[in-house]
Amino acid sequence: MELDLLTAVTVFVLGVLVGFEVISKVPATLHTPLMSGANSIHGIVVIGAMLITATADGFLGYLLAFLAVAFGFANVVGGYVVTDRMLHMFKARPAAKEGSAS
Amino acid sequence: MTTTETVIRYLFLAAAACFVIGLHLMNSPKTARRGNLLSAAAMAVGIGATAVLLIAEGAITTTGWLVLLAGAAVGSAAGLYLARSVEMTAMPQLVSLFNAVGGGAAALLAVEHLLQAETVHVRETIPGGLDILIGAVTFSGSVVAAGKLQGLIPGRPIVFLGARALNVVLGLVFVGSTAWLVLDEGNLVAMLLLLVAATVFGVTMVLPIGGADMPVVISLLNAFTGTAVAMAGFVLGEVVLIVAGALVGASGAILTKLMADAMNRSITNIILGGFGTGDEAATADDSGGTVRSVSADDVAIQLAYAQKVVVVPGYGLAAAQAQHELASLAEILEGHGVEVSYAIHPVAGRMPGHMNVLLAEAQVPYPALREMDEINPDFPQVDVALVIGANDVTNPIARKPGNPMSGMPILDVDKARSIVVVKRSMGHGYAGIDNTLYSDPKTGMFFTDAKKGMVALAAAVRSFVA
Repeated sequence: MELDLLTAVTVFVLGVLVGFEVISKVPATLHTPLMSGANSIHGIVVIGAMLITATADGFLGYLLAFLAVAFGFANVVGGYVVTDRMLHMFKARPAAKEGSAS
Repeated sequence: MTTTETVIRYLFLAAAACFVIGLHLMNSPKTARRGNLLSAAAMAVGIGATAVLLIAEGAITTTGWLVLLAGAAVGSAAGLYLARSVEMTAMPQLVSLFNAVGGGAAALLAVEHLLQAETVHVRETIPGGLDILIGAVTFSGSVVAAGKLQGLIPGRPIVFLGARALNVVLGLVFVGSTAWLVLDEGNLVAMLLLLVAATVFGVTMVLPIGGADMPVVISLLNAFTGTAVAMAGFVLGEVVLIVAGALVGASGAILTKLMADAMNRSITNIILGGFGTGDEAATADDSGGTVRSVSADDVAIQLAYAQKVVVVPGYGLAAAQAQHELASLAEILEGHGVEVSYAIHPVAGRMPGHMNVLLAEAQVPYPALREMDEINPDFPQVDVALVIGANDVTNPIARKPGNPMSGMPILDVDKARSIVVVKRSMGHGYAGIDNTLYSDPKTGMFFTDAKKGMVALAAAVRSFVA
């Protein structure tokens, strides 16, 4: 897509500011899941990888596209699954302990 | 723009908005899981929309589809396997690997795009060069960091002769090849030169950094990956990549700063200095004062008759995989009416917030986990502070000027009524200085491995309260 450089830079700068704003409120308890979640979000690169597969040509082109797509999907799938696994563990009071609370 | 394309652009925008909302929901453990699912759903919509776009445009060949599907299958399978099988103690390595693949994908797609495009503009070559540079540095740097954390590469700082000179040369290559790439639009040799130099630089950047500084390195590489992805967005003209990349870049930057502050060191000092020794602390026994050694029974009596116990877990606990044993000890104490909470220093563990995840895995309820600033005023009311495998973050010497730790924020463990330190030996922490807490008359040293120690304590407490 044709994208005006000024528009792109504007989007980038605002994105960084929104990121600072949203993330500085996350408590330290959740920093690991946060980083892992952010990790999954940069898996968005997979969309770029899919788009370049369309323009790829020749062995080198397809090889690069294959690697980029595989890397991107590993990032997206692995990132979200592991973040969910971690967040699943965060419980206010585990069921196993309810009986022992005096 | 066709109607399909317009619809897809709006879907991309919605996905970007959902990423922001998803991160916002990560504010609280209650909503965090929902936030992650929202973000995952947005990603799925984005990927689906891209597939529709490719079909609608009909631009992609059959070979292209095969390559895409094969890549998706291989990548998803690998990602799923790693995510399902990883131990929580190995979390930092996995995050580092995902940084590596994200950065690698961003670099590769820039190479591919600049290689194939018929006409390349400066507004593509400049971010393209930056994308290749940052992406490749992240790729090799993250692989080295993961290797260090996994113990495949020694955790100690590895410094070799001429490293500084090599880095200067690599820096010049960066500038030279980027300029070449811009002037001779999309020249393959220039790109390869940049790719190779950046990959080498990633290795030489992370090798001299010690294992103990890895929380900062991982955060920094996370920020790098985000930036590389944003650059890829500039190259391809995709707004959604720019937004997502910027968000991740910002999150990595914030966490890097928090970690560096918690260690009272500047980021430059960590990257250039490299004095972290890694996991193995020196075992030299040259303690300043006299220390009082205590047995499991002594500690058990103290714990059983306490009202308020604060556990201070450190990496030693995680390294010994003793979090489950600690949790069952705490359960026995709580059953006996003792109030147990956990004081978490920001750099406990191997990545930001790592200790919280390890304790959550052992089913410790998160409201019992208290952050440093929150718990420090409470220490004078604490009967027993149980320090397990933590060292430097409890050293009162950090409050005095004129030593390597001066000014580092610490947990005020020394203000508790009594202190028990579970530790294998009198070894130093990674700062390499004596911990004056150990020679405090209020402190009892329980010399043992964290896991065996927790089992022994649980057994001893049980025999008292039974």
